[in-house]
Amino acid sequence: MKAKKKIFAVLSSAALFAGILAGCSSNDSASGDKDEDSGQVTLTLLVDNQSNLDGMKAVTDAIEEKYDIKTEYELRPGGGEGDNLVKTRLATGDMTDLMAYNSGSLFQALNPEQNFLDISEESFVETIMDDAKEALSSNGKVYGIPAASFMAGGWFYNKKIYEELGLSVPKTWDELMSNNEKIKEAGKTAVIGSYKDSWTAQVIVLADNYNVLQQHPSFAEDFTANKAKIADTPGALSSFEKLAEVYDKGYLNEDFLATGYEAGLQKLAEGEGAHYPMLSFALPMLQTNYAEELDNIGFFPQPGDSADENGLTVWVPGGVFVNKNTEHPEEAKKWMEFFVSQEGNDLYNAKITPQGPPAIKGVELSDDVYGAVKDMLPYFESGKTAPALEFLSPVKGPNLPQIAVEVGSGISKAKAGAELYDKDVEKQAKQLGLEGW
Amino acid sequence: MSETQIAVKADTPFRTNTRKRKSVGKLFSEILAIILSLVIFGVPFYFVIVNASKDTKESSLLNMELPSSFQLIENIQAVMAAQNGMIVRAFFNSMMITGFSIAILILVGAMAGYVLQRRTSKMSPFFNFLILAGLIIPPAIVPTIWVLDGIGLFKTMPGIILVEVALNLPFTILLYKGFMATLPKELDEAALIDGCGRMRLFFSIILPLLKPVSATVIVLTAVGVYNDFVNPLYFFPGAENATLQLTLYNFSSMYNTQWNLLFTNILLISIPPLILFIFFNKKIVAGMTAGAVK
Amino acid sequence: MTKLTNRSYTYYFLLPAGIIYFVFFLLPTIMSFFFSMTWWTLTDWKFIGFENFITFLTEPSLNIGFKNTIIYAVVTCTLKVILGLLLGVFLSQKLKTIGFVRSMVFFPTLLSTIAVGMAFAMMMHPTQGLINTALKIVGITGPDWLGDTTIALISVALVDVWKGVGMATVIFIAGIMSIPEDYYEALAIDGGNSFHKFWNIIVPLSRPAMNSVIILAFIGGLRSFDLVWAMTKGGPGFSTDLIASIIYKQYQGGFYGLSTAGNVILFVVVSALAFPLYAFLNKKEVDL
Repeated sequence: MKAKKKIFAVLSSAALFAGILAGCSSNDSASGDKDEDSGQVTLTLLVDNQSNLDGMKAVTDAIEEKYDIKTEYELRPGGGEGDNLVKTRLATGDMTDLMAYNSGSLFQALNPEQNFLDISEESFVETIMDDAKEALSSNGKVYGIPAASFMAGGWFYNKKIYEELGLSVPKTWDELMSNNEKIKEAGKTAVIGSYKDSWTAQVIVLADNYNVLQQHPSFAEDFTANKAKIADTPGALSSFEKLAEVYDKGYLNEDFLATGYEAGLQKLAEGEGAHYPMLSFALPMLQTNYAEELDNIGFFPQPGDSADENGLTVWVPGGVFVNKNTEHPEEAKKWMEFFVSQEGNDLYNAKITPQGPPAIKGVELSDDVYGAVKDMLPYFESGKTAPALEFLSPVKGPNLPQIAVEVGSGISKAKAGAELYDKDVEKQAKQLGLEGW
Repeated sequence: MSETQIAVKADTPFRTNTRKRKSVGKLFSEILAIILSLVIFGVPFYFVIVNASKDTKESSLLNMELPSSFQLIENIQAVMAAQNGMIVRAFFNSMMITGFSIAILILVGAMAGYVLQRRTSKMSPFFNFLILAGLIIPPAIVPTIWVLDGIGLFKTMPGIILVEVALNLPFTILLYKGFMATLPKELDEAALIDGCGRMRLFFSIILPLLKPVSATVIVLTAVGVYNDFVNPLYFFPGAENATLQLTLYNFSSMYNTQWNLLFTNILLISIPPLILFIFFNKKIVAGMTAGAVK
Repeated sequence: MTKLTNRSYTYYFLLPAGIIYFVFFLLPTIMSFFFSMTWWTLTDWKFIGFENFITFLTEPSLNIGFKNTIIYAVVTCTLKVILGLLLGVFLSQKLKTIGFVRSMVFFPTLLSTIAVGMAFAMMMHPTQGLINTALKIVGITGPDWLGDTTIALISVALVDVWKGVGMATVIFIAGIMSIPEDYYEALAIDGGNSFHKFWNIIVPLSRPAMNSVIILAFIGGLRSFDLVWAMTKGGPGFSTDLIASIIYKQYQGGFYGLSTAGNVILFVVVSALAFPLYAFLNKKEVDL
């Protein structure tokens, strides 16, 4: 999530600044005053100031027009600071009617049963994709709707280079490596490394979770309960080994430690490098800077050992949740129902081009969706997806980026890196006060 | 950077040989000095200025060549406009923080320096120890945040100003104390006999006499607080709280591939110290060495 | 004197400075000893004894900071003393352009560390950077200054020296200028050469200046943070992490107790090295 936040900070800084100015004024919370004259209901919505709100605003404008339900935005900081603020406001009964927040473990740490309205019985909940639904639930009850589309982590590739060298999209790790070998022989950079921005180094590890879960379906639970360590679990350790292998075989660009994220995108778009392991949130920036090259950029999941088990690791979007003590539960549900409808999705996607498949079943994407996103769709249709580890376990060590750089640049071996990360994770688990640590 | 060492080492034996051919040697060493300082200290400036004047494509080559078209004005405009004019906001914040820090430091530091020099007591060694400790000990970060948060000053302008004042106080007091020693005590006595209160004595007689050292404090604090990155990073976070140094730091990820704009930002941020340096060159050097050499 | 003085002014003149210094510096410093032994979220804490310190001392990603901090402080301090002294001697001469050269050497001291760090990071780019391009012309393949973990820390230290040597030089110039002419004259009568002049007069008699440079540079080096953060963010991996940058990373990660333990450790390291050094240098000075 750190990586995501960082990028959002960069991307949406303009929106952010404008948002802060606008957001200072509103401060009445959890009240949702009924306007005497018009019968209009106002719902307050707490969102973080790191994300682009254009899409959401388009939807809420339509809700206001259609149902006479006005949405009043309140902005909060992102990151750990924002988490603390949310916790404090929940604890003091000062929460807004609606709250946008991370899904998965961060949300589950908020004690949902006590704080949020159970919407499991609502009909619109059935339309939510299972991966997303799970991340928006706690103890089998659903509390939220997805606020955006999925993102995916995997490998961007330059289609021109693939055509030139007659390569096909790899279904196994070995195929990927042999592609890399051919690209290297052709004198091109096989894998773009941009480890100057150290968060980019962790993508190969994070995007491997589908493969990890294929081998150890219960890894996330065991990991959370301190029953499994990455360094001792071969399936999990191989994520680090893959990262090391890319370096060991010399597939990275020469200046990979002096190259940053944007420069990495540039290398990909301009065909200097063939592969760039990255999250799909890179697409809008690719479009902004290299629109004419966008069609040449494809995407495939990080492959595993066997072609039959080829699947995609996805990043679940954040959710919108309803305050249990809201005075307007019916309006809030109506708000949610519209938000996840086809109409709501169209309004949203018109403002923000989706960076991955929709989190709602049956929602049609328009044709002008990114080619790379189209490459992801089959995996969703066949159910071959798994959320990244951070959506399944609250345990995530803060030093993964640095450790990934060490492993990915040969400073330390995969095993040593994994051991170091296990230690790092221990600090986090203790700080969270998890059981078993 | 390794040239520095080689160059300077080579330069010492050279000096020893100049005795007999003094005038020739002097001219030679003068030329050498200029060349060396130009290469080691001048080239980086030239590099920044040249690249700040290029377009994105040319600057991505990171070379020393002159720009094919002079883009500096356009680049400055682009930097100023970035993020809804964030840099203007940051400039305002930096100036406010620097200005108020200077004002409070002078007032509070001069009073303390005055008393600590004039009145020695059993407590004096303790106060001296506190000053020394303040110069040496690194500030405790999170507990300072905790204190600021506790009194409602975290992430506020007064908060960061007071932290800057607290951290710069020891050196300021040291400077005032040192200078006070050069003012005769008879001055105080005469004023007191004339019926001056302590306050009036200090504000109407002593403080004006401290002008030279106050000027030093102004210049030093201006440079130090303006350039401070660490304290605003910790104690003044938040998008609207940006200072110039924080903005430059944050922009670096934004300008990842637009190095001309990054260089322009570096250039812009270096202009205030440059102006200060041109006008107060001697004062700065004197001030910075004053506390140190004593 | 005492008769004329109302003693209470002592206190109210000291009070404003005292309050600010206490609240924003001393109090946090004192509290750091307590909070370093807690699990802490700013609003809530739990006493856990020395666990944070044990973590800090045993975990490789944390204790690398000790080694790096000491190396960094020693390298920057040594180079600043040697280069500062040589430059000081050189720039004490009466040359026509001396003002210009001195300004040139001194000006980096006034620049923002972040700006300097970023500009040098660009110049140290392994393939495109100015330094390696220049070396290539001479036929040398330059190293990856900031990417090679064996030299990255030294690269940053050299930039620190570039930025800070002007300060050392100026202090040395002040020290050298204050040496009375008599000494040189006496030496000239004895027939000493320039080397004697340097070694027997300038070095011993600029001792106070040298002590100041050592103390300032060494403490500065131990506390250093911003240059490393601007250039490498402690990377690649953890190879250029200093205690101060580790404190920041733990703070970012939300480990407030651990971060504060780092602060206490830095406090101990700085005090354990700086106070004795200060006392030692002062004593030597008296011996002279």
